[in-house]
Amino acid sequence: MAPALINVPPKAKRGEVIEIKTLMSHIMETGYRHTSTGEVIPRDIITHFTCRYNGVEVFQAELFPAFAANPFITFFTTATDSGTFDFQWTGDKGFSETASASITVE
Amino acid sequence: MNFIRGIAGWLLFATLVSILQASATEIPLAERRSGATFMSADTQAMQNEDTANPGMLWVLDGEALWKAKAGTADRACADCHGDVQTSMRGVAARYPAFDDTLARPIDLEQRVNLCRTRHQQAQPFANESRELLALTALVGRQSRGMPIESGEDARLEPFVSIGREIFMRRQGQLNLACANCHDDNWDKHLAGSAITQAHPTGYPLYRLEWQGLGSLQRRLRNCMVGMRAQPYDSDAPETVELKLYLMSRARGMAVETPAVRP
Repeated sequence: MAPALINVPPKAKRGEVIEIKTLMSHIMETGYRHTSTGEVIPRDIITHFTCRYNGVEVFQAELFPAFAANPFITFFTTATDSGTFDFQWTGDKGFSETASASITVE
Repeated sequence: MNFIRGIAGWLLFATLVSILQASATEIPLAERRSGATFMSADTQAMQNEDTANPGMLWVLDGEALWKAKAGTADRACADCHGDVQTSMRGVAARYPAFDDTLARPIDLEQRVNLCRTRHQQAQPFANESRELLALTALVGRQSRGMPIESGEDARLEPFVSIGREIFMRRQGQLNLACANCHDDNWDKHLAGSAITQAHPTGYPLYRLEWQGLGSLQRRLRNCMVGMRAQPYDSDAPETVELKLYLMSRARGMAVETPAVRP
């Protein structure tokens, strides 16, 4: 299954504020729902998201059951150097996914 | 002579009445609007950008399935059809299409499953399964922006009229026809939501309410449960005929697959 869609501008000027967009495929089961026979459907969500820019953490987020499925997280950062963005999502049931994207800063 | 004139006059009158009845409720071509134009700017932006459109997750899944060998024939879609971008360009814009063997129209979901049983000797995918949605989304994506051409095949004519008859027929405990909302009241709201004109331009589409991708038959089931009618099964001939009428009603409008709707 295709896990993530990432949008990082391929090029930016030094000091420019850039928008990063990420979309991770996940059901985000709240843990509050029941099956037709009354059993609780166990919670299965992403709980944490981090973004590292050349190894330095520039953004992190905690996620909760109220988040919709396939969470779409966007944020801004300042382009400082050419390099890579490393994204990591972790969550219930040992969920762990990573993705990365590179940027050229002129 | 007077008698003949009388008959001719009556015929003319009857024709006029039937034309008026037929066209009084239908949406003029110039006023047709995609469901996307009823959405907020945010949702439109989500649909229009591939990295923000969650439907693209299914398209990417579909690309992997397209190349995966399946069935006892051990063949992938790509082994017969080649590159999806060239071979499937404009295909979804023509569906539901006429199948010679079955001598009736079939929709894209049925075509994928027929390909599986006829050519791959594989089990058909279940309706609304992730695989079937992924492949139909992938094929639909190749027609994005192209005008819908469904129903142009002359052999489809009787089936389009059956579909139209279903669209116009009152049914269910609320005694509503599709046309009562989508032809007569599309500029109004129902419980805060826009009613829209029911042009199926972007299926399978990602509905925020579903938190997932869904087919047109799923949407039709929603509507029919809402009017407290008995929904048709996904593979029922009526479903395909209704889809065919809706697609031919949207002829010329641009395909948006995979669309996003609220």
